[in-house]
Amino acid sequence: MTAIDATTASLAQPDMPSSGHDPAAVPALSIDGVSHSYGPRHALIDIDFNVAPASFTALLGLNGAGKSTLFSLITRLFGIQAGRISIFGHDIGRAPSEALRLLGVVFQPRTLDLDLSVKQNLLYHAALHGIARREAGLRSQEVLTRIGLADRAGSKVRDLSGGQMRRLEIARALLHRPRLLLLDEATVGLDVKARADILTHVRQLVTEQGIGVLWATHLFDEIIPTDDLVVLHQGKVLAHGEVARVVADAGAQDVNAAFARLTAAVADTRSAAP
Amino acid sequence: MSVTTADHSRRGFSLGEYITCLNGIVWREALRFLHQRERFVSALVRPLVWLFIFAAGFRQVLGISIIPPYETYILYEVYIAPGLMAMIQLFNGMQSSLSMVYDREMGNMRTLLVSPLPRWYLLACKLLAGTAVSLLQVYAFLLIAWLWDITPPPIGYLTVLPALILSGLMLGALGMLISSGIKQLENFAGVMNFVIFPMFFASSALYPLWRVQEGSPMLYYVCQFNPFTHAVELVRFALYGQINWVSLAVVGGCTAVFMIGAIYAYDPSRGLIRRTPAGGET
Repeated sequence: MTAIDATTASLAQPDMPSSGHDPAAVPALSIDGVSHSYGPRHALIDIDFNVAPASFTALLGLNGAGKSTLFSLITRLFGIQAGRISIFGHDIGRAPSEALRLLGVVFQPRTLDLDLSVKQNLLYHAALHGIARREAGLRSQEVLTRIGLADRAGSKVRDLSGGQMRRLEIARALLHRPRLLLLDEATVGLDVKARADILTHVRQLVTEQGIGVLWATHLFDEIIPTDDLVVLHQGKVLAHGEVARVVADAGAQDVNAAFARLTAAVADTRSAAP
Repeated sequence: MSVTTADHSRRGFSLGEYITCLNGIVWREALRFLHQRERFVSALVRPLVWLFIFAAGFRQVLGISIIPPYETYILYEVYIAPGLMAMIQLFNGMQSSLSMVYDREMGNMRTLLVSPLPRWYLLACKLLAGTAVSLLQVYAFLLIAWLWDITPPPIGYLTVLPALILSGLMLGALGMLISSGIKQLENFAGVMNFVIFPMFFASSALYPLWRVQEGSPMLYYVCQFNPFTHAVELVRFALYGQINWVSLAVVGGCTAVFMIGAIYAYDPSRGLIRRTPAGGET
């Protein structure tokens, strides 16, 4: 049993209660009327949704839906063309430092430095957040123990498995103790066991540490009925709400069927258009 | 529920946080450099080939008269040494830009750009880190040149340091600006052909400008407008304990312009960096 298994075995059951966040609280992430184009191609069209603190929100969409573009806007890698994005009330365009300080992110492509060791990667990230070396060393030890990589601290990152690299990226994203965590297709390319470990670990962060999570995926089996769900298709939000409600509103039996119905409706609308 | 998030209510950053960030970026750049030993070797071999082979071959062909900052006739090797020092920095600056393009392609650049510290500061730290690495290479070259009997005044090793820092910043900032406009790693070969070689050959690194003027007045003016010429002259004068004020002004001004351009280019709302997602992302 891995360290993650051990610490989270009793958590993240499929029937666990809803995260129970206070709807009146400031959203962890607020996306308001955001649109983005690459030249003439519209990647995102008038996107609106919130992620509550201490909640797990799945951003479900096929490849090409616009998930990574949305992540690039939230992390300020791209400038916002239209709309507004706030993290705990801090506008990412007007107060980027305050907003980014609250944000941890795991991108779809690996962003670790393969030539540096596990610990060196963490220390570098800590430095980028202004965390002093001594404190960074302590936090690194803590997170490496938590993800079961304490004995690999001195190993080159390129010697880790895919699952270990992902766990390390998540640990790195949490090093500066953010309150919102974004993960873009974090389990792509991993085996079933590694996927389950990572998903369980992230759900544990929600319940234990009160972190708001936005989990972008195209895999239906990563979503459970109590999650919040945002269905993104061809740059538009087709549905948003608790999974059970989205499924019920779509008149479907499960997420898979609900997604098929929602996206088919878009296709029908398009084909019916003059 | 135990919440272990940090105190995020405060605004801005302390001086200590800025310094920690700078240290981290310089430390990472140094580590990468040490891990790439072949980069260090090739950075040294290039100027040494020019020094040991080219300069020796052309010693009898290219006579150097007494020109400032030299007070006597000098050997050709002595003349080109400052040019080769600047060449190390030129290649290092372009190597840094290559590394930034690579980091952007591979995704590592995102780690830097999503830091909450101001983006201009992150880029400045990156620039300083690249310059620090170039200083190591230049002083290693000076040591070997000293063994080859190229011996500037002892104080020159100290007085040249500020000039090297400034020229390193200018060439690094130029590399950073160029990297913002390169969309793919494969396009970097163009930088070699259109930036590095013209800058190096159309400068005073290999021959004094008065000789260039004799051969081609047009090329002379091109050399005069080439910022690399002024980097070379700044280093040359500083190595002999003197200041070339015109070169200092040009290098300082170009550093500011290139840096502002790079910050502008990397600004997400205005810049030139790729606005489409990386391969496979949507």
